[in-house]
Amino acid sequence: MSNVPLLQVRNLHTSFYTDAGEVRAVNGISYNLDRGKVLGIVGESGSGKSVSAYSVMRILTDTGRVTEGQVLFNGEDVLKYTPQQMQAFRGSRISMIFQDPMTCLNPVFTVGSQLREAIRIHTDRTKEQIQARALEMLQLVGVNEPEKRLKQYPHELSGGMRQRVMIAMALACEPDILIADEPTTALDVTIQAQILELMQSLQKKLGMAIIMITHDLGVIADICDEIIVMYAGKVCERGTADEIFYNPRHEYTKGLIRSIPRITERHEKLIPIAGTPVDLLNLPAGCAFASRCDCAMKICLKEQPQEIWVNDSHIAACWNNVKRMAEASEEMRPYE
Amino acid sequence: MSDNKPLVDVRDLKQYFPVKSGLLNKLTLKAVDGVSFTIDKGETLGLVGESGCGKTTVGRTLLHLYKPTAGEVWFDGKLVTDKNIGEFRKDMQIVFQDPYSSLNPRMTVSDIIGEPLDIHHLYANKKERADRIAELLTLVGLNSEHANRYAHEFSGGQRQRIGIARALAVNPRFIVCDEPVSALDVSIQAQIVNTFEELQQKLGIAYLFIAHDLLVVQHMSRRIAVMYLGKIVEIGPAADIINNPIHPYSQSLISAIPMPDPEAARHKHRIVLEGDVPSPLHMPKGCPFRTRCRYATDACAESCPSLTDRGEGRQVACHLM
Ligand SMILES: Nc1ncnc2c1ncn2[C@@H]1O[C@H](COP(=O)(O)OP(=O)(O)OP(=O)(O)O)[C@@H](O)[C@H]1O
Ligand SMILES: Nc1ncnc2c1ncn2[C@@H]1O[C@H](COP(=O)(O)OP(=O)(O)O)[C@@H](O)[C@H]1O
Ligand code: SF4
Ligand code: SF4
Ligand SMILES: [Mg+2]
Ligand SMILES: [Mg+2]
Repeated sequence: MSNVPLLQVRNLHTSFYTDAGEVRAVNGISYNLDRGKVLGIVGESGSGKSVSAYSVMRILTDTGRVTEGQVLFNGEDVLKYTPQQMQAFRGSRISMIFQDPMTCLNPVFTVGSQLREAIRIHTDRTKEQIQARALEMLQLVGVNEPEKRLKQYPHELSGGMRQRVMIAMALACEPDILIADEPTTALDVTIQAQILELMQSLQKKLGMAIIMITHDLGVIADICDEIIVMYAGKVCERGTADEIFYNPRHEYTKGLIRSIPRITERHEKLIPIAGTPVDLLNLPAGCAFASRCDCAMKICLKEQPQEIWVNDSHIAACWNNVKRMAEASEEMRPYE
Repeated sequence: MSDNKPLVDVRDLKQYFPVKSGLLNKLTLKAVDGVSFTIDKGETLGLVGESGCGKTTVGRTLLHLYKPTAGEVWFDGKLVTDKNIGEFRKDMQIVFQDPYSSLNPRMTVSDIIGEPLDIHHLYANKKERADRIAELLTLVGLNSEHANRYAHEFSGGQRQRIGIARALAVNPRFIVCDEPVSALDVSIQAQIVNTFEELQQKLGIAYLFIAHDLLVVQHMSRRIAVMYLGKIVEIGPAADIINNPIHPYSQSLISAIPMPDPEAARHKHRIVLEGDVPSPLHMPKGCPFRTRCRYATDACAESCPSLTDRGEGRQVACHLM
């Protein structure tokens, strides 16, 4: 096997051209994803999590455009694919599931006909084989009474079951990468636990990589090998779950982690992040978080912080780290 | 009135909805089926459970927004009935889940907050009305300059504050909060949770706090009630329910909380439930949780367990535990 990562996103920029102006939703994000790994993307609503995934899948709406950057799959630039290549890529190498399963399921067709169609497009199986595969997929995702379900319409299923049918459709062609955009946000915790357990076991069984997009820090802590924290279309910080939760190095990440209620701190007040999200039509020159940041310095308003390696698996883009390093190096200077 | 009386006392409350299935078939959907609890002055009772288990219906029936099928609601020692509910409207308010749809986008903030003031004739002149609106906006952490702007100009968290200001306008003593922070980002959620708590400390308001995020509920509540299919299956002090749930459903619910802490996540043992919630139209005989309970025995199919006292303020409805 080669050493090229399965997916490399490099300096990706995506904008929407609206009547109000250019909405700069993604502003230069980079990451690698290896085979069989789970990458989590967190950040507040509007931070560009979904748009970055849609850019990789090339399913942006008409007004949206990738303006810069590369998406390399096994070293090949996906953004240069022809529409035919792209269609083949989407079906067989990468699939996506959404918060609302009805974005993928058609209410007027049975679950069976939609699942069979998903299998038919991407494989050259016979009718009988397709039917068998459809059944097998429903069993794989833990839908009870699969024969009966194949004949039912989406509205006849519960939310958790629809979510599973959508996962079955996404996995029918055994993709290398599954992008899950808030797959459990609309579900109850007990059903959410079922779906997360299912995704983890499928990931192990099939060896696929997962990009898990969510604003739920609990879900992220539970299942991710690596985490990206996004703010205003940029990566503020990237690292393992332990690094992000126990050693955050960006002021936004710190605020995010401080703001969650914890079981041990019942009587303490929660610590919110003050202020409001940044306007993507008018991004500031410096750090996008500066207007809400208690530690903002002069340089934060003027210049965008560069990504700095905290250690070999941890990156943060915050001037505070530069300051810390400078202070450290000051100490190291020879005594005069 | 003696002070140790509960502010809200709900006794065997039922809410049945008639539903048609097929042409002639009429079925009864038992959305709330015999729920009892009390809430003290200035206290928060958390209400949790899967979607569709009847949490919202409890809140709405308790406020007589739905006419109860059976049962009693006592407020401050007085029985609330269809006839006298008007007297209690001022004291009992509600804040809704969805800050996007619960406010009319064509109304200004001062129209929205002023409406209950108008209905209950709570001011003598225009200036008093405007002052009260400004005061309410400040109370919930908004700016009095926001008064003349439209609801759609605000973010989700700000809209939720407008909803809270509206509920507070009439000086209620009790508010039903139905998933008030579920639609918000964590950092904004923390702001709203703090606002609720500050208001409670300042004004002594009692809350019935409905949410599916158990971390938020345990943070807010002194006691928690766990519902399953229209019934309370366990109720008790918040810390006890979270740290040592007794009912098998509470156990799985608590174990399923995604812990925002990698170390805790590594050591956690999730009890993953099989299957989905049964439809409240086809309630299983005996214990409603029987179809998903890993401890279920034959006895569980025979009779429905009722809530029994387990000491230290805890009640549990289970034959075995
Ligand atoms: N079709 C579009 N036209 C214009 N702007 C858009 C469009 N789609 C998204 N945006 C903007 O791009 C930004 C990023 O949106 P995105 O959907 O990626 O956010 P997100 O991080 O997924 O948020 P959420 O947690 O709410 O799903 C937002 O400001 C959004 O308003
Ligand atoms: N107005 C109504 N008519 C008929 N059924 C209803 C009505 N309101 C709620 N229900 C049903 O009652 C049950 C409980 O609903 P609800 O109280 O909204 O649950 P929760 O708030 O716990 O999610 C559900 O099965 C729901 O579909
Ligand atoms: S770069 Fe400056 S403003 Fe931005 S998060 Fe770091 S300290 Fe705060
Ligand atoms: S009564 Fe029986 S089925 Fe119901 S929760 Fe207890 S053990 Fe489970
Ligand atoms: Mg999104
Ligand atoms: Mg509800």
